Amino acid sequence: MADRGGMVQSRGLGIWLTHLGLIVGILFIFFPIWLAFVASTVSQQDIVRPPMPLLPGDKLVENYGRALSAGINAPVARMLFNSAVMAVGIAVGKIAISIISAFAIVYFRFPGRQIFFWLIFLTLMLPVEVRIVPTYEVAASFGMLNSYSGLIFPLIASATATFLFRQFFMTVPDELAEAARVDGARPMRFFFDILLPMSRTNIAALFVILFIYGWNQYLWPLLITTDPSMNTIVMGIKQMFPSGDDTADWPVIMATSILAMLPPVAVVVGMQTFFIRGLVDSEK
Amino acid sequence: MATVTLENLKKSFGKTEIIHGVDIDIADGEFIVIVGPSGCGKSTLLRMVAGLETVSAGEVLIGGRPVNGVEPMDRDIAMVFQNYALYPHMSVFDNMAYGLKIGRVPKAEIRTRVEAAAEILQLGPYLQRKPRELSGGQRQRVAMGRAIVRKPAVFLFDEPLSNLDAKLRVQMRLEIKALQRKLGVTSLYVTHDQVEAMTLADRMIVMNEGTADQIGAPLEVYGNPATTFVAGFIGSPPMNFLDAAALENAPAGVSLGVRPESVRLVGTSEGRLEGTVAYAEPLGAETLIHLRTADGQALTIRQDGVLPVPAEGDRLGAVWDPSQEFRFGPDGRRLRQDR
Repeated sequence: MADRGGMVQSRGLGIWLTHLGLIVGILFIFFPIWLAFVASTVSQQDIVRPPMPLLPGDKLVENYGRALSAGINAPVARMLFNSAVMAVGIAVGKIAISIISAFAIVYFRFPGRQIFFWLIFLTLMLPVEVRIVPTYEVAASFGMLNSYSGLIFPLIASATATFLFRQFFMTVPDELAEAARVDGARPMRFFFDILLPMSRTNIAALFVILFIYGWNQYLWPLLITTDPSMNTIVMGIKQMFPSGDDTADWPVIMATSILAMLPPVAVVVGMQTFFIRGLVDSEK
Repeated sequence: MATVTLENLKKSFGKTEIIHGVDIDIADGEFIVIVGPSGCGKSTLLRMVAGLETVSAGEVLIGGRPVNGVEPMDRDIAMVFQNYALYPHMSVFDNMAYGLKIGRVPKAEIRTRVEAAAEILQLGPYLQRKPRELSGGQRQRVAMGRAIVRKPAVFLFDEPLSNLDAKLRVQMRLEIKALQRKLGVTSLYVTHDQVEAMTLADRMIVMNEGTADQIGAPLEVYGNPATTFVAGFIGSPPMNFLDAAALENAPAGVSLGVRPESVRLVGTSEGRLEGTVAYAEPLGAETLIHLRTADGQALTIRQDGVLPVPAEGDRLGAVWDPSQEFRFGPDGRRLRQDR
């Protein structure tokens, strides 16, 4: 490795400077998270009395226990569960719907196929925030306020995912569909036996992205849930901030923030190994 | 096992007709090769037999039964695709078994059939592998295995060897031929390679721009071509076409065809034609000599490799036996009055 210089690798001082730059960058980004973690392990008095501590205190178990079981408006465990239901529901629902619509658009010739595709595509131009009032109307009149269906269904259609699956299906050779047809596979059988297993890498990647999208929803849960027991964690943190002159319970709020970060991190790390394996195994 | 009949088969895409009516009766167990340049409609013809393309006019009959409206799976056919079309996420075993699984064949029988096919194709050690772990030739065998296990009445091959290297192609060609002989299944085989067509076919269909220019046994097609297209397409190097009017008393537009191996080089005075050697290609076993006449016509001569190779620029004469020449009218069709 030493004497034959690599083509792109930099040597000597360059490599140290690069690493120094990267390490400083990581520390810079990590510092606020570290502060939040420290704040979640000390007592309220330690936080409000300057200077703020930089090393973890001894209240970790107590603070997290308090957050999970009692929280401020609702137990954080409950909010984590709500968020998980919403994020998984959105991710699974979006993938299921978009893969089926992409299948229809790519493999079937039906009247208005192009129109439907462009209609789906058009919804890309309309983020939740733009159509939030009519969407709220609809959800409210269906009695979906304070319910999981109200949290999930309005966010479930996904033009992006449909588009991604369409692009992927178009790279699948036609011969494969024809071979399946000669083998006697009807369309749905082809879909489940051939197309779905071949898409698993894409599905894994999309799941990660959509899970985080669902987990980080803020505005919609804020509107649709009024009952604290239906709060999701991301909006719940905001709800924990006191109104008026009450003092904020910072250790519990910080513990909640740290807890809110863990599931997305777990999903990214967990699925990453899965979809990197998928990429390495990728079929020709 | 079945006969296949095509009755005035036509195909149009929109307003453009691309197959203008093909008729053929294929006997049970016959090996038919459809050969032609790209874009001549040969693959479309095969796909109509498979049921992957709709038929615009005419009728396809398999085993005497009209199948125009029948789905591919119910036609009792199996197809081998150009790019193999193996299911990438399934093992070799599952690839071969998939059609049977759908057909609800009992598990034990699937196992026996797949193992028998693997035996024939020497795929035994690879049954648990994924297609990406196989070489091109092995993938090709799996694709054939998938066809065999179905025990179909008709095999359809769509340029199955065109993705293999030259050496493997020759080997697989022999294997396909041997396999078809052994199983005795009626086969339709599409290729653009005239050597494949000559070696594999019991009879071949030479396609030219959507029409079957000639249907016949390989040597009959070679020795007795019906059109200039067939004469030029079958045989390598292709037949020489000369302006007949320049050689003999013939109406304008008539061309005279003579195969490179029928021509001999002689001194200038003895030849029916004389010209200059443009270049010579010694290939070892044979030498190809390209002669150019004074009026700009080209003539290729194929002579034995042991004969002396003429130098470029030499003036030489060329002769051939009149019984080995063919005359074609201005429309490209063979003029038969000379036989």
